[in-house]
Amino acid sequence: MVTTEKPSEPDGPAPSRRRRDPKQIAIWTAVALVGAVAWGIVAIARGEDVSAAWLVFAAVASYAIAYRFYSRFIAHKALRVDDTRATPAERLNDGQDYQPTDRRVLFGHHFAAIAGAGPLVGPVLAAQLGYLPGTLWIIIGVIFAGAVQDMVTLFFSTRRGGRSLGQMAREEIGPIGGIAAMIAVLAIMIILLAVLALVVVQALADSPWGTFSLAMTIPIALFMGFYLRYLRPGKILEVSTMGVALLLLAIVAGGWVQESGLADTFTLSGNQLTLALVIYGFIASVLPVWMLLAPRDYLSSFMKIGVVVLLAVSILVAWPSLQLPAFTEFASNGAGPVTAGSLFPFVFITIACGALSGFHALVASGTTPKLIQKESQIRVIGYGAMLTESFVAIMALVAACIIDPGLYFAMNVPATALGPTLESASAYVTNLGFQITPAELAAAAQAVEEQTLIGRTGGAPTLAVGLSTILSEVFGGDALRAFWYHFAIMFEALFILTTVDAGTRVGRFMLQDTVGLVWPRYKDTSWKPAAWSASAVIVGLWGYLLFIGVNDPLGGINQLFPLFGIANQLLAAVALAVCTTLLIKSGRAKYAWITLVPLAWDAVVTITASFQKIFSGNPKLGFWAQRTQYQEALEAGKTSLGSAKSVEAMERVVFNSTVTTTLTALFAILILIVLADSVRVWIAALQGRPLSSGSEDPYTRSELWAPSGLVPTREEREHSRELAGSGTGGRGTGGSGTAGGSGTTGGAGS
Amino acid sequence: MSVRERLDAAWQLVREMAGERDYENYLAHRAAHHPGEPVRGEREFWRERTDRQDRNPTARCC
Repeated sequence: MVTTEKPSEPDGPAPSRRRRDPKQIAIWTAVALVGAVAWGIVAIARGEDVSAAWLVFAAVASYAIAYRFYSRFIAHKALRVDDTRATPAERLNDGQDYQPTDRRVLFGHHFAAIAGAGPLVGPVLAAQLGYLPGTLWIIIGVIFAGAVQDMVTLFFSTRRGGRSLGQMAREEIGPIGGIAAMIAVLAIMIILLAVLALVVVQALADSPWGTFSLAMTIPIALFMGFYLRYLRPGKILEVSTMGVALLLLAIVAGGWVQESGLADTFTLSGNQLTLALVIYGFIASVLPVWMLLAPRDYLSSFMKIGVVVLLAVSILVAWPSLQLPAFTEFASNGAGPVTAGSLFPFVFITIACGALSGFHALVASGTTPKLIQKESQIRVIGYGAMLTESFVAIMALVAACIIDPGLYFAMNVPATALGPTLESASAYVTNLGFQITPAELAAAAQAVEEQTLIGRTGGAPTLAVGLSTILSEVFGGDALRAFWYHFAIMFEALFILTTVDAGTRVGRFMLQDTVGLVWPRYKDTSWKPAAWSASAVIVGLWGYLLFIGVNDPLGGINQLFPLFGIANQLLAAVALAVCTTLLIKSGRAKYAWITLVPLAWDAVVTITASFQKIFSGNPKLGFWAQRTQYQEALEAGKTSLGSAKSVEAMERVVFNSTVTTTLTALFAILILIVLADSVRVWIAALQGRPLSSGSEDPYTRSELWAPSGLVPTREEREHSRELAGSGTGGRGTGGSGTAGGSGTTGGAGS
Repeated sequence: MSVRERLDAAWQLVREMAGERDYENYLAHRAAHHPGEPVRGEREFWRERTDRQDRNPTARCC
C-alpha cells in the first residue's frame, strides 16, 4: 500500500454527524418523486406531445440526487477527503500558480475550461436515434462515469501537487502506459481541433452573415487586448462588457453586410474557410497571449455563462414540445445518415462531452488542483461542474429535438448525398421516412436569412435553428429569428476558435517538450525557430485533417466525428485506468469499482466501436470495407460510385478511409496498451508486491478554513463568523458572503 | 448583513471571478507572506500576469 495517510484514521475525519432531519427527508423524497414522474413521462409517452421541460426536470432531479448521495459517498467514504490536510494551493502558495481560490470562483473557471462546443455538438448528432438514447446516456453517463472521472482525477492530482494526467500515468502505472497516454493526449488534441474546425467551416460556408460576425471577433479581441495592455490594465470587467457589446453589434452588422455590396467578400467556400482557419490558427499560436488569446478567452467565458443561463430560462418559459420520436428506426438498424452505426456502441461515442469526456481529465489534473482550497471542495468542483456541463448537453439535445424531424435530417445528411436541389433533398428525406417539402425547406432557410440549410452538417447550424426557435418565442418573435440563429452560430464558433487557439498552443508546447528530449534547445518556448516550426507542424496536422473532412465526397462530419468520439473516450479510459490504479494502490481497493465499472463500460464501448469501424463489412460503417469497395470499383474501371461522382473523388475516398482506418487502429492499440499495463499494476498491488512509490505528497496540517459547497451551510456560516471574530482563517474565504455561484444542484456538505 | 453589504460582497465575487481582484490579492499575499519586501507595481503586475500564460498554456476543452 502506497499512501501517506495516517493509519490511525482509516476513515478520515468523520463528516459532520448524521442526523435524520425530517425536513431533509421530505425535500429529497419530493425531488425523487419529481424525477420519477419526469422519467416516467419521458420514457413511456409515445405518439403524443412530450414537453421538453420533462427532459429538463428528469435531468435536474437526477443530478440533485446523484450529487447529494453518490458524490458524497465517493468523497467521504471512498476518497476520504481530509480537510485537515493542506492542499497544494495552501502548502505551496506562491501567489501565482498555486493560490487558494474561492470555491465559487474556481467552480466558474473549471466549468469554463471543461465546457465548450463539444456538449453542444454531440447530442445534436445523436438526436438521429431519437431523443431517448441521448438523454439516457447523458444523464446516466455523467452520474456514474463522467463526473466521477473528473472528481477522482481532481482528487488524486490534488494529493500530488497538481500533477498532470500524463505524469500520473507514468509514475503510477509505468513508462509504457505513460508513453501511450502521452501519445493519446497529443493525438486526441489534433483530432479534436480538426473536428471542431470542421464544425465551424460547415456552419460558415457560403454564409456572409456568419463569416462577417466571426471575422469581427478578431479586431474586437485585438482592441480588448491593447486596452488591457496599455490603456487600463486589470479592468477586465470593463473591457469585457465593451467586448460583449461590440460582439452583439457585430452580429447585427452581419445582417447588414449580407444585404450590402460586401456580401460577396464574406461569402467563402469551405476550402477558403479552411485556409483562413489554418492561417489564423498559426498566427494565434505564435502571437503573444495578451493580444488575441487572453481577451478572446474573456469574451468566450462571458458568452458561455450568459448563453447557458439564457437557454435554460428560455426552455422553461417557451416549454417547447419534442418533435423527434423517442427512438427512430436508426437506433436499431444502424443505418443512420448522420453518422453510421447502431445505438450500441455509437451513441456512447457520438456523445462524449456532456456524459463522459476524457479531455476533462487534463483540466482536472493540471490547473484546478493547484488552486483548490480544501479537499472537500473537489466534490462541488469536480462532480458539480461536470453535472453542469451535462445539463448544457441536455439543453442542446432539446434544441435539436424540438425542430421538425424532416428539417433535422435535411440539415444533417451530407450535402453530397442530398443532391443539388431542394427537390432532391426533400426526396432523400422522404426516402428516410420523414416529410419535408421543398417549399418548407426554402421557408426554413428564409426564416433565418440563410441561402440554404441543406446539408449543413456538424451540429452547430441545427442547434442554432433549435435555439432561434426557442429564443425567438421568448424574445422578439420572428423578427429576431435570424438574429438568434446567427447569435448561436457566433457563440459556437467563438468557443471553437478559443479551443483552436489554446489547443494549437498546448500542442505546440507538447511537441516542443517531446522533441526537446533529444534536442534540448528545441524546448525553449521563446526561441522563435522552435516555436514557429512546432506551431506549423501542429497546425499542419489538424489543418490537413480538416481539409480531408471538408472535401470528403462522402461527407466529412460522418467520417471524422466517430474518430473524435473514439479518441475522447480513449483518453477517458486512460484517466479512469489511472484513477483505478491509484484507488487500488492507496489502499482503497474496496472502492475501486467506482472507477472500474465506468472504465469497463468505456473500454467495451470504445473497443467495439473501433472494431466495427475497422472490420465491419458494411462500407457505410466500416472504414476498411469502404476503402475496399471504392478500390474495387476503381479497378473495375467505374467512374462514379455513390456520392463520389468522379474517379478523382473515388481515389480521395480510398485515401481518406485509409487514413481513418489507421487512426482508429492506433487508438484501439493505445487503449489496449494502457489497459494491459494498468491491469499488471493492479494485480501486483493486490498481491502486495513492491511497486513504484508514486508521488503522493506528505501530510501537512491545514491552517485554512473554507466552506465545502457553493452555498455555505448554517454550521459553516456560524463557524465562519467565529473565525472572523477571532481574526484567523484564510483571506476572504469566509462563507458568510453571498450565496452566489451558478446554478448547480446547490450543494452544501451535510 | 445589510442589503448593501450583500450587494457589495456579490460584486466583489463577480470581480474575483473575472480575475479583476488579482492585484489586490497579490498585494495581500505579499503582505501576509513576505512583509516588508518590495512589490510589483500594478501595471507591471498585469503585464507579467498575462505574459506568464505565454509560457504556461492551459487547455480548453471541447
